[in-house]
Amino acid sequence: MGMTMTQKILAAHAGLENVTPGQLIEANLDLTLANDVTAPMAIRIMRERGLDRVFDRNRVCLVLDHFTPNKDIKSAEQCKLCRDFALSHELENFFDVGAMGVEHALLPEKGLVTAGDVVIGADSHTCTYGALGAFSTGVGSTDIAAGMATGRSWFRVPGAIKVNLSGALGPHVSGKDVILWLIGQLGVDGALYQSLEFSGPGVSSLTIDDRFTICNMAIEAGAKNGIFPVDATTHEYLDGRALRMPVVFDADADASYERTVDVDLSAIVPTVALPHLPENARPASELSEVELDQCVIGSCTNGRMGDLRIAAEVLAGKHVHPRVRTIVIPATQDIYLQCVREGLVEVFVNAGAAVSTPTCGPCLGGHMGVLAAGEKAVATTNRNFVGRMGHVESEVYLASPATAAASALTGYITDPRDVK
Amino acid sequence: MKVNGTVFKYGDNVDTDVIIPARYLNISDPQELASHAMEDIDARFVGAVKPGDIIVAGRNFGCGSSREHAPFVLKENGISCVVAPSFARIFYRNAINIGLPILECAEAVQGISAGDEVSIDFETGIIEDLSKGTSFQAQPFPPFIQNIIDNGGLLNSLKNENT
Repeated sequence: MGMTMTQKILAAHAGLENVTPGQLIEANLDLTLANDVTAPMAIRIMRERGLDRVFDRNRVCLVLDHFTPNKDIKSAEQCKLCRDFALSHELENFFDVGAMGVEHALLPEKGLVTAGDVVIGADSHTCTYGALGAFSTGVGSTDIAAGMATGRSWFRVPGAIKVNLSGALGPHVSGKDVILWLIGQLGVDGALYQSLEFSGPGVSSLTIDDRFTICNMAIEAGAKNGIFPVDATTHEYLDGRALRMPVVFDADADASYERTVDVDLSAIVPTVALPHLPENARPASELSEVELDQCVIGSCTNGRMGDLRIAAEVLAGKHVHPRVRTIVIPATQDIYLQCVREGLVEVFVNAGAAVSTPTCGPCLGGHMGVLAAGEKAVATTNRNFVGRMGHVESEVYLASPATAAASALTGYITDPRDVK
Repeated sequence: MKVNGTVFKYGDNVDTDVIIPARYLNISDPQELASHAMEDIDARFVGAVKPGDIIVAGRNFGCGSSREHAPFVLKENGISCVVAPSFARIFYRNAINIGLPILECAEAVQGISAGDEVSIDFETGIIEDLSKGTSFQAQPFPPFIQNIIDNGGLLNSLKNENT
């Protein structure tokens, strides 16, 4: 029986000819990642166990992005623990304030992830790198501690759902709308323990930023990973950037899938996920009664250059609604600088938005835009659970950069196609 | 190994943001961290929970973030087992890695009510509702997972194998 892309990557990293769903394997890791929330626990675990070495100082990444720039003394202490660890182990890929960006935008940008990789990260959105044809998945602090020390990790080989894409997206519709719609179809546990493998003639029409956004939220359908085939768009992104040679794995023609979901991209409309689950997907056009207090454009889901250009296009020459506190967060330093060069920062500031240094801050209710009781935010982030962005009685509506920007202008959830 | 306790019952998709809200993830003291467990959906949990107590919940328990702090705060509060029809995969892995027993059993979730006294035998996978006099069969752990749990977590089990 043939293998899926994910299965082939895992087999190659486990030194096996063949793997089948459900099989337990131990695989070599190309890269590990942890951040200022998950690394401190992992570092303490390593110390308690006497694990005093990392397997490869070039392949153990630490990114201080969640509560940074340090929001309070406790966060500062956590970051200091990470910094001391990075210095003592001479980690090549330690990213602190000034170099730091939102991890899942930063690692691909720096060329640290490439096609064919196996990557684990102590952050659930590590699945983002599937956009590049890599297997990547989130783990906890114990797994990352073991991975950092040994360069190996165990996996249960996942089965897969094939997502067959056709057609092309219409104006003001992007990868975020696709993944919100898909999670709406599958449910938040619809892909539990499985891979979401994207394929079909529609793939070539999606930008690399669309693919990052789509894979980023595979976890919100319960998936172990999301993955795209490697094509000209992938190579264009990796060429001159990836620090290691890409290895291309294609799914076998006779690979077995648990089910197939067909998606006609041309039928996808601007989509919003209502509180308090990402599966509560509805067309933006049906939600015009939702009155907003805040708009957040950024995060590992939608803080990339393509996302910010889309937001700027909607906001250019206009001003946000006076009630809507609008916060724009370029995901990395390079993206921030590019926003300055292209005049996007000027567009955002003139539109009445605050532009922040890279941080995960508001997405997880950490800082830089925490909500009060009863407040509602539209956000390009990835989760809208109870209390996710602040008070337990606040609400988060997940949307694309175009929908978030359009909604910031009107003060209500707005279909970006309706903004003149 | 057998555990006994009173049941705290919750619905579907209990996510890691309510098990331990992100705003507390800058806390490194275990007891202080644990004092905020479940507070966004059940403010009385920390005050009422006793060692040995059991969480029975709906499907996809532990969805969301990869934070190991989530199973950790449940274990730190004395929870001896979580029973649900299904678990989010990162939570499942984290729970086993830190030695918090979790069992998948949809029938038990249907049959057991909040406040029931429940006993669980991990070797047989039998879940007994002592208050109702009913019992349910869950799949017991395979030996290698039972070994991790008996040792109090993955790295302890590795350490004990090597010494």
